[in-house]
Amino acid sequence: MSEQVQQKESLFSAKHRRLITDAIGKDNPITVQVLGICSALAVTAKLEPAIVMSISVLFVLGAGNVIISLLRNTIPQRIRIIVQLVIIAALVILVDQVLKAYAYDVSKQLSVFVGLIITNCIIMGRFEAFAMANKPWPSFLDGIGNSIGYGLILIIVAFFRELLGSGSIFGWNVFEAIGLYDLGYVNNGLMILPPMALITVGIIIWVQRSRNPELIKD
Amino acid sequence: MDSNSNSYIFIYSVVMVVIVAAVLSTAATVLKPMQEQNIRNEKMSAILASASIESTAKNAEELYNKYVTQELVVNANGDIVGTYANGNLDGDIRAFKVNLKTEQYKQRQGEDFVSPLYVVQNNGETLYVIPMLGKGLWGPVWGNVALKEDLNTVAGIIFDHKGETPGLGAEITESGFEHQFVGKTIFKDNGDFISVKIQKGGAKTLPADMQNHAVDAISGGTITSDAVSEMMKDCLNNYVPYIKNQK
Repeated sequence: MSEQVQQKESLFSAKHRRLITDAIGKDNPITVQVLGICSALAVTAKLEPAIVMSISVLFVLGAGNVIISLLRNTIPQRIRIIVQLVIIAALVILVDQVLKAYAYDVSKQLSVFVGLIITNCIIMGRFEAFAMANKPWPSFLDGIGNSIGYGLILIIVAFFRELLGSGSIFGWNVFEAIGLYDLGYVNNGLMILPPMALITVGIIIWVQRSRNPELIKD
Repeated sequence: MDSNSNSYIFIYSVVMVVIVAAVLSTAATVLKPMQEQNIRNEKMSAILASASIESTAKNAEELYNKYVTQELVVNANGDIVGTYANGNLDGDIRAFKVNLKTEQYKQRQGEDFVSPLYVVQNNGETLYVIPMLGKGLWGPVWGNVALKEDLNTVAGIIFDHKGETPGLGAEITESGFEHQFVGKTIFKDNGDFISVKIQKGGAKTLPADMQNHAVDAISGGTITSDAVSEMMKDCLNNYVPYIKNQK
C-alpha cells in the first residue's frame, strides 16, 4: 500500500485517482482492512452523528496526512509514533472545539466519540503506511479517499440501523408517514444495539466480496 | 544533524509540543466566548422548553427575559435566600448562576446548600421550573421539570444527557418519553412526597393508585431510566420544604 508515487504526474492522473477509488472500493478501510470498527459500531445508530463523524474524520485524516507528509523527512524514526499521535490529538481537539462553538447540538450528540477519533486505527494506519513515505498531494488524496471509504460504510450502516431500528431517517419518521405501523409493523430494537452494526458491516463485506472476486482470499 | 541523535529527538519533541500547545490554546481562547454563549443559550432554552416555550439558539436570551419573570434561590429549609427579577438581585446569588453540581456536592458533604427555582409566566399561567442533575450510565444526565401553580402537577419536562447510549438511554430526550410525565403528580393524595418513578415494564404494572406517579421506562435503557428516576426524586426532594411552606 505504501508504494512510492512517481514525480511529475498530473494532479489527477490515473494513479492519483486510484488512491481515492481504491480506498472507497477494494481497499476500503472498514470492509477490507477491517479497521476503525469500534467507531462504526458506536456512532451508527442514527444518520446525523454518523455523517458528522465522517466529516470530522475526513478533516483529521486529510489534514493529518498532509502535515505528516510535509514533516516526513524531519520526523525522528524512534519517536515517529509519538509525533503522529500528537498531531492526531491536536487535530481532534481542534475539531471538537470548533464543533462546540459552531455546531453545538451535533457536538453534544457525538459527545465522546469525537475525542475517540484519536483512537481510530485508520488514521494512524494511514499516517504510518502512506503519509510517512509519500508527498503531500498523494497523501492528501489518500487521506480523503480513506475517510470517504470509512464515511460511506458508516453512512450505509447508519441508514439501515436508523431505518429499521427507529423507523426514521434523519429523525423523520418514515414508517409512521407511510402508515406501516398500522399494518402491525414493529421497529426492530436489536438494530439499535451494537451487535447489529457488526452484522450489518458483515453483510456489506459479504455483498462486496461476492461482487468482487479479487477480494476473496484462498 | 543526525535525525536519530538524542539531542535532535529532544529538540524536535520540545518544539513540536510547544507549537501544538500554542495552536490549541489559541483555538480554545478564541472559541471560548462562543462556546460559553452556546451553553448559556442551551440552559435558557432548556428552562423555556420545560415550560413548553419553543426557542432557538438565536432568540433564547430574548424569550428567557420575557417569560422568566423571577428567579428564586431556596435553601434546605424552604426559605427564599435570593430573588432576581427585572434585572435586580435581592439576596446573595442569582438562580441562573447557581451551579447545581457544586450545590449537590455541598449537600453530600452535609454543608448548607441552595436550590434554584425559575418562575415562568406564560399566557396568565404561572409555572415553576426546577432544574435537575444526576448520574446516568456513561455520564451526567440533567433536565428541567415545570410544575403547575399547585407545585404538584408536572406541566412539562425535558431531559438531556452527556453520553447515554444512542438509541437506548439517549431516548430520554425524545418527546415521546418526556410527554409521559405531563399531568403526573409528585405528591401522594395524603401530601407525602413521592416524585415520578420511571417503571421498568411500564407504569401499568403498578397498582392503580401509583400509576399517577409513574411512567414507562425505555426498553434497553434500564440503567439510564433508573438514573433519571433517582435524579428526579433527589432533586425535587430539596424543594419539598419550600413547597410545603407555600401551602
